[in-house]
Amino acid sequence: MAEPQPQHGKRSNGRVIAWCMAGVVGMFAFGFALVPLYDVFCEITGINGKTGGRYEAQVTNQVDANRTVTVQFLASNGPGMSWEFRPVTRSIKVHPGEPVTVNFYAENGSDQAMIGQAVPSLSPAEGTLYFHKTECFCFNQQPLEAGESTEMPLVFIVDPELPEHITKLTLSYTLYDQSQKAEVSGAAGAAKTTNNNG
Amino acid sequence: MGDHHHGPAKGLSRWLFTTNHKDIGTMYLWFSFAMFLLGGTFAMIIRAELFQPGMQLVEPAFFNQMTTLHGLVMVFGAIMPSFVGLANWLIPMMIGAPDMALPRLNNWSFWILPPAFLLLASTLFMEGGAPAAGWTFYAPLSTTYAAPSVTIFIFCIHILGLSSIMGSINIIATVMNMRAPGMSYMKMPLFVWTWLITAFLLVAVMPVLAGAVTMMLMDVHFGTSFFSAAGGGDPVLFQHIFWFFGHPEVYIIILPAFGVVSQIIPAFSRKPLFGYDSMVYATAAIAFLSFIVWAHHMYTVGMPVAGELFFMYATMLIAVPTGVKVFNWVTTMFRGSLSFEAPMLFAVAFIILFTIGGFSGLMLAIAPADFQYHDTYFVVAHFHYVLVPGAIFGIFASAYFWLPKWTGHMYDETLAKTHFWLSFIGMNLAFFPMHFLGLAGMPRRIPDYALQFADFNMVSSIGAFMFGVSQLLFLFIVVKCVRGGEKATAKPWDGAEGLEWTVPSPAPYHTFSTPPEVK
Repeated sequence: MAEPQPQHGKRSNGRVIAWCMAGVVGMFAFGFALVPLYDVFCEITGINGKTGGRYEAQVTNQVDANRTVTVQFLASNGPGMSWEFRPVTRSIKVHPGEPVTVNFYAENGSDQAMIGQAVPSLSPAEGTLYFHKTECFCFNQQPLEAGESTEMPLVFIVDPELPEHITKLTLSYTLYDQSQKAEVSGAAGAAKTTNNNG
Repeated sequence: MGDHHHGPAKGLSRWLFTTNHKDIGTMYLWFSFAMFLLGGTFAMIIRAELFQPGMQLVEPAFFNQMTTLHGLVMVFGAIMPSFVGLANWLIPMMIGAPDMALPRLNNWSFWILPPAFLLLASTLFMEGGAPAAGWTFYAPLSTTYAAPSVTIFIFCIHILGLSSIMGSINIIATVMNMRAPGMSYMKMPLFVWTWLITAFLLVAVMPVLAGAVTMMLMDVHFGTSFFSAAGGGDPVLFQHIFWFFGHPEVYIIILPAFGVVSQIIPAFSRKPLFGYDSMVYATAAIAFLSFIVWAHHMYTVGMPVAGELFFMYATMLIAVPTGVKVFNWVTTMFRGSLSFEAPMLFAVAFIILFTIGGFSGLMLAIAPADFQYHDTYFVVAHFHYVLVPGAIFGIFASAYFWLPKWTGHMYDETLAKTHFWLSFIGMNLAFFPMHFLGLAGMPRRIPDYALQFADFNMVSSIGAFMFGVSQLLFLFIVVKCVRGGEKATAKPWDGAEGLEWTVPSPAPYHTFSTPPEVK
């Protein structure tokens, strides 16, 4: 059959298709762009309790000795994770501005070597931006041989700017089994989504 | 391939190779009706299981597959293709064009659909069963915990997306380039306008859905962690991406129905549509707002108050352009010389029942109230009230309205009215009690429930069976109308306006080979 002719010649079909395809490709890319955008958005706003990455302690940090904040620690295992995982200190009272070190205990009770990755979440989310970690076991994966155990350190500073009404912060870690993941994906997979869980 | 002055080719190859917009429209409509029956069968299984408390007929895992497939088949298989079918049949005739702008693309966008749904249905017989994570397939339910058939499902979604995008580009090109001389944008029938805007929505969001399922595919098979917290991803991210597609999607489903109702109400009120311009602007406003309200589906994920408030107010704002439309339809009917043939009955029921669905939507938009309603049967009642008497009644109304033009015969008015009343009563019996069930706390997507929900569930199931069976009557009416009946004139509805009524009934295989003059 004869191709229907554009009756006005205002625009060619080719141009409309080109513009639409540009829109399609652009929106497909936008869908993927949402992934880093989401991370950046959460990092800036502290929503969803994702605490930030390594914090460089500043010498000018003033310790606010008049104020006391309770920090509680929780530890739980992700699906299929068999390790014993618990905080050594369950609750600690700190002054905003002072660096504090606490330990978490992990023991691989299984009969094979495994790799764990802890993912933090802070509640209330409003406090996320004011909880700084200068050192954390969650920055790295933790390998443990069969039957091996370890104490993993966390050094943190509660920011003196922490809003007045927050008197208690709860930091929860979930430990995930990464042994399978590491085998399957290798370096290529790990590079795809970054592991800067802070 | 036939040339312009001949009829269609004979036999199967006519349908396989056709580039004729009427043939393709017909295939879309029949295909979507088949999917409507398939999705309806899944719904019947769901309602049969829920007829009484306790586990009666199916295993819980199979029940989850039924709710999932029911949603997917109805949204992607029944409603969307049927509106594309209507667009194929009507848009060229409404704007005075000889065919769609890209006829071969049109053929492809239809013919990739049946294989996609065949694949989706085949997952029922695969090891581990069909996808069971709900039509929203939230990760990690759809990734870490999914049956192996999730890969097939992802492939299906890609094909459906491709089909929708090709169809949309075709519609955009047709409306932009093929209008008859004198047919300015602001003279286009509202069905064409709503479809043009819908097509832009599709082009904008189907790629995002494709992106979401691609990420799922990579998480499942290539070891990435887009949605896995263990690897630094976030399952909530899936919900954001899904609903960035999903909310515009619900307007993709309803806007063309707004369009057909805006054609039918004036025809049976024998008055021009009240507020044409405001209808166009309201449609565009709804389309714009649909992009900034997605997180109202996610009030309970733990958003900060500022986020809850933003999405709450933005959502409630949608009631304004939607209200403009409803008031325009009512004002069109006001002091009109009304008659209530089947298309008008469905259109009037659309206005009333869609408004009820809109109001329950407003209730759900209130974030603090939604904490209570979230994932209860109230949500199920809400979206079935906007989808069934919204989209589906819109499709029934247009089928009856244009059947005389398509087939050259009048349908059986008595049977059609029976179909309407059975559907109307059945639909309300099925979905109205769900409001009460939801407010009383019955969660959605469960195969069993507490005893106090028993009575309303039984009423609901009876209504659903009634609605389901009455669709077989619709099939009978359509077949009867195709095979014969009273001859239809070129313009069987005295109040109808538009170029499609200037061609004979049934519409010849080729129309407007020379463009009409629009004044």
